[in-house]
Amino acid sequence: MAQGVWTIAEQRDGAIRKITYEIVSEGRRLADALGQDLTVILLGSNVKDKAAELGQYGADKVLVCDDPKLEPYTTDAYVAAISGLVKDGDPAVLLVGASVEGKDLSSRLAAKLDVAMAQDCTAFAIEDGNLIAIRPIYAGKAYAKVAFENSFPQMGSARPKVMELNEPDASKSAEVVDAEFTLDDGDLKTKVLDVVKDESGKVDLTEADKIVSGGRGMKGPENYKILEDLADLIGASVGASRSAVDAGWRPHSDQVGQTGKVVSPNLYVACGISGAIQHLAGMSTSKVIVAINKDEDAPIFQKADYGVVGDLFDVVPALTEEVKKYL
Amino acid sequence: MNIIVCLKQVPDTESQIKIGSDGVSIVTDDVKWVMNPYDEFGVEEALRLKEKHGGEVTVVGLGPKRVTESIRTALAMGADKGILVTDDALEGSDALATAKAIAAAIKDLEADVIFAGQRGVDDDQGLVGAAVAELLGIPQLSLIVKVEVAEDGKTVKVERPIEGEALVIESSLPALITVQKGLNEPRYASLPGIMKAKKKPLDEKSLGDLGLDAAEFGAGARKLKILELTPPPARVAGKMVEGDTPQEKAAELAKLLHDEAKVL
Repeated sequence: MAQGVWTIAEQRDGAIRKITYEIVSEGRRLADALGQDLTVILLGSNVKDKAAELGQYGADKVLVCDDPKLEPYTTDAYVAAISGLVKDGDPAVLLVGASVEGKDLSSRLAAKLDVAMAQDCTAFAIEDGNLIAIRPIYAGKAYAKVAFENSFPQMGSARPKVMELNEPDASKSAEVVDAEFTLDDGDLKTKVLDVVKDESGKVDLTEADKIVSGGRGMKGPENYKILEDLADLIGASVGASRSAVDAGWRPHSDQVGQTGKVVSPNLYVACGISGAIQHLAGMSTSKVIVAINKDEDAPIFQKADYGVVGDLFDVVPALTEEVKKYL
Repeated sequence: MNIIVCLKQVPDTESQIKIGSDGVSIVTDDVKWVMNPYDEFGVEEALRLKEKHGGEVTVVGLGPKRVTESIRTALAMGADKGILVTDDALEGSDALATAKAIAAAIKDLEADVIFAGQRGVDDDQGLVGAAVAELLGIPQLSLIVKVEVAEDGKTVKVERPIEGEALVIESSLPALITVQKGLNEPRYASLPGIMKAKKKPLDEKSLGDLGLDAAEFGAGARKLKILELTPPPARVAGKMVEGDTPQEKAAELAKLLHDEAKVL
């Protein structure tokens, strides 16, 4: 019978990514609820020295797949390595992070294992010994509670920044095991030719702790400077509504909403965004929402924790000055 | 080149979503159905590949008869022919089953490139593209914003943005590419295009036509069971920040964010 909770770690250039700690923390809670062990799979090249520390967040065991072909990530190589381990290990639950890489990996892995998958979940629980997942659908206009029907491992991915992090316990360390796996060159059909780093240092919206976002009320691309000034000061990333992106004011990668990114920052400041339903869908899991808009009837105020009726061109620069007092 | 585009029909993103009395489905009475917005980028990219390399674009949709309209839209944009996989037994199928039916419809088409939207904006799973690729035994390239097929048509170079980086990936063909915003600007169907689309071939295939067993499809065969749909957690409209001037309001807001919300 399928037993144990497994998670797949995500690392880049040998550094463990934060989403990994989030799913290891959540995996620990699920393993405790089942009374079973938590195993993490860590893949890459020369990553073994990063394995034991995953115990600080709750991993009992780390299976390490160390191979130059596993760096950088490719779907082919990761799925080939992991699918064999999962078939042999037969875990009850398999959790991944719903990052770009995690979604790519888990969607293919689920198909390869011929099991059901719940993507981009915001909560997990164990009920009667089985995994239950909560996942937003229609970009959060509704939430689905789902379960798995004779489908093991029960696979889910966790939306970044939603799962609570365990307090790392420096006294703990995971058992590190070299995993046995084979990578057949014939199976590796894709190759990463180049990695282009974003030198701006901007944190991707899906992982940002704070977001300052501008919509049609910004009136033009040149005015985003006032949002960037505020964002730089408080360590936020700048986002945009669809109308701002469609107008060509901001790049596509900045779009928040149903056809853009779904975000869950601690603070979301919506400036000159009326709150079209497809935008609200993309940011309503933010913890604190601030709306600055001159139209007091704008729908965004219905979702905002703090609303300011006023001209953003006056309020935002004033806010930038005021927050300096608290930094 | 033989180019396939997978197409889903979804509620327009402007739609309000209401949960049905059964608690596990949505009310579709007032829904305006449209082509999944991400699939539009797939149709457009397929047409651009055809314009550059020659060949044929086939649109493969799955769902009830109403999906015909969205396939016709793709044909009006310039696709050559359509296939609608439609069968009452498909109603309520999960991503895996859906992918099995789509893969069965594609497998004999000798595709060079298959496009799919990176996810349907209804279920937000993003699983079907990858599962179709797995079932066809070909590579998948997810969330792509740039596509360059080599002159010889044997390989493709794509760009995938990930958090803080962009990857340039090369793959053998055939491959399945899931696409997202930023790839292109989908064209509108022209009036002559709409007229021509009416005469373009659009075949319907049942599960039986595809050699599939209806018992493996539909709500009853789901491996991912929907237990319950609920409205999103309600957000109570919060405080309106008071003040006589923008400066006063900004000062009050900063104070609230620091003292009360504790996010500064």
